[in-house]
Amino acid sequence: MPIVELNRIEKRYRDVQALCGLDLQLQAGEVLGLFGHNGAGKTTTIKLILGLIQPSAGEVRVFGESPSAPHARHLRRHVGFLQENVSFYDQLTGAEVLDYFARLKGVSRQQSRALLERVGLEHAARRRVKTYSKGMRQRLGLAQALLGQPRLLLLDEPTVGLDPIATGDFYRHLARLKQQGCTVILCSHVLPGVEKYIDRALILGRGQVLAQGSLAQLRRQAALPLTLNLKGGEGRLPLNWADCAESDGEGGTRLRIPPEQKMACLRQLAILPGVKDIELHPPALEELYRHFMQEAC
Amino acid sequence: MNIILTVCRKELKDGLRNRWLLGVSLIFALLAVGLAYFGAAAAGRVGFTSLSSTVVSLASLAVFIIPLIALMLAYDSLVGEEENGTLLLLLSYPLARWQLLLGKLLGHGTLLALATLLGFGAAALILGLFAETLVWSELLPAFGLFILSAILLGWIFIAFAYLISASVSEKSRAAGLALVLWFLFVLAFDLGLLGLLVMTEGNLNAQLFPYLLLLNPTDIFRLIHISYFAEEQLSGLMAIAQHVRLGTATLFATLVLWLVLPVLLALWRFNRRKI
Repeated sequence: MPIVELNRIEKRYRDVQALCGLDLQLQAGEVLGLFGHNGAGKTTTIKLILGLIQPSAGEVRVFGESPSAPHARHLRRHVGFLQENVSFYDQLTGAEVLDYFARLKGVSRQQSRALLERVGLEHAARRRVKTYSKGMRQRLGLAQALLGQPRLLLLDEPTVGLDPIATGDFYRHLARLKQQGCTVILCSHVLPGVEKYIDRALILGRGQVLAQGSLAQLRRQAALPLTLNLKGGEGRLPLNWADCAESDGEGGTRLRIPPEQKMACLRQLAILPGVKDIELHPPALEELYRHFMQEAC
Repeated sequence: MNIILTVCRKELKDGLRNRWLLGVSLIFALLAVGLAYFGAAAAGRVGFTSLSSTVVSLASLAVFIIPLIALMLAYDSLVGEEENGTLLLLLSYPLARWQLLLGKLLGHGTLLALATLLGFGAAALILGLFAETLVWSELLPAFGLFILSAILLGWIFIAFAYLISASVSEKSRAAGLALVLWFLFVLAFDLGLLGLLVMTEGNLNAQLFPYLLLLNPTDIFRLIHISYFAEEQLSGLMAIAQHVRLGTATLFATLVLWLVLPVLLALWRFNRRKI
């Protein structure tokens, strides 16, 4: 049974078409990156999955049930959610805020304390949230989303404001949850940051699906040139490669080559006299994103 | 029920933490004692006077201040959570909207009830101890009735604040509407009614008139105290209502109706609210 299933979803707000023809299936343990410009329909998608709004057409299923049905409320116990820019209750302490959410979710105080420690807030647990920095608030938000061993996590910009070490800790924890079968939907604008952690990407633009699939699938679909950095062997490039070569500004050469000619190019370059190093970069998520966005315009 | 109590407890904690309860209780106590002591200043003397004049003047002051405090306490209860982003978060939790609303309402209601009880209770205690003219056996029931009706009045306006908060999308609009509501019920309604009387040159049906007062919870609150201290000299609108005696129980029942109505409306609006 898929954890999340969206079938031909449409969502209209009065005169705005927020989503159009969205299909999505997520299995247990999958991590999906949900990308798109502001207003592309990411938040609408998340709200649909949370059951906070209903689609104008199409069908939403979470854990096999319609999430907006009243009897599906108990299923939310297994859902963790963190949206962007939450400011919690300023007058309460971090521990009190987390205990409040834990009680609403039916989670023990012990687990709430353990999570506070896990996100590194144990020293600030008895301080008012008012005094927290942005990063600390974000950690509190993450702790809140992780309450009660979620089987589905929806996270919007989860690492904003976090230092590199905390970010690393977070993604390590996410990997552990994934191993336990937790499904994750990650929204972020920091594409290089999430690239390593997602199994699949869904790129939205103006409510339409621009691309969907694993990174390998997206690369095949986009057919963007690979980047190849060459050290040494300048001026001796075969003529057919010289056209796509430029200086990389550090004494080397940068080539952009079509993906299907990768091996042919590598063979020729490898035997070129004077070549000291070859670095090969497939197009990064950011380039793919840019490509699909431009294609849509 | 558990969820409602959890939400209620969090609201209470918030109110204690920011010293709202302490502040409002103090205001109530000072007002009550001050009014009791200086209430007769217009007659050329200071000191504690009769119980009836103390409570009736306290009631006419409470009619202004309690609705205002209740509206200020709760006008941003829902729209404020939305602006913080916590409303979206809470609704992704396994709780229904009505549970959230009733929990918060219960929390705010308890806070205001506590402030009323503490503030006016302390005032009653001070009056009982220091005013020689007042005896406990008269003081306690009068203040008990006053506190009870003041709590109901406060709850009614908290419920109105929730109705406003559930209906608008910005905190500033909620604040504006709350002020308009206060102005309508506390000032404009009586003025309008008096204007109606003058315009019709008093030809309005005398039997009908007291029932018109039931359309305003603040007037019902005042009627309760007038019907309790029937011998008191009355002026203005309230004197006209003397023709028809509505029992204290009836008046209380009407107040409860005034409480239930906005709560139901707020629940309805909140359920339909777009997130």
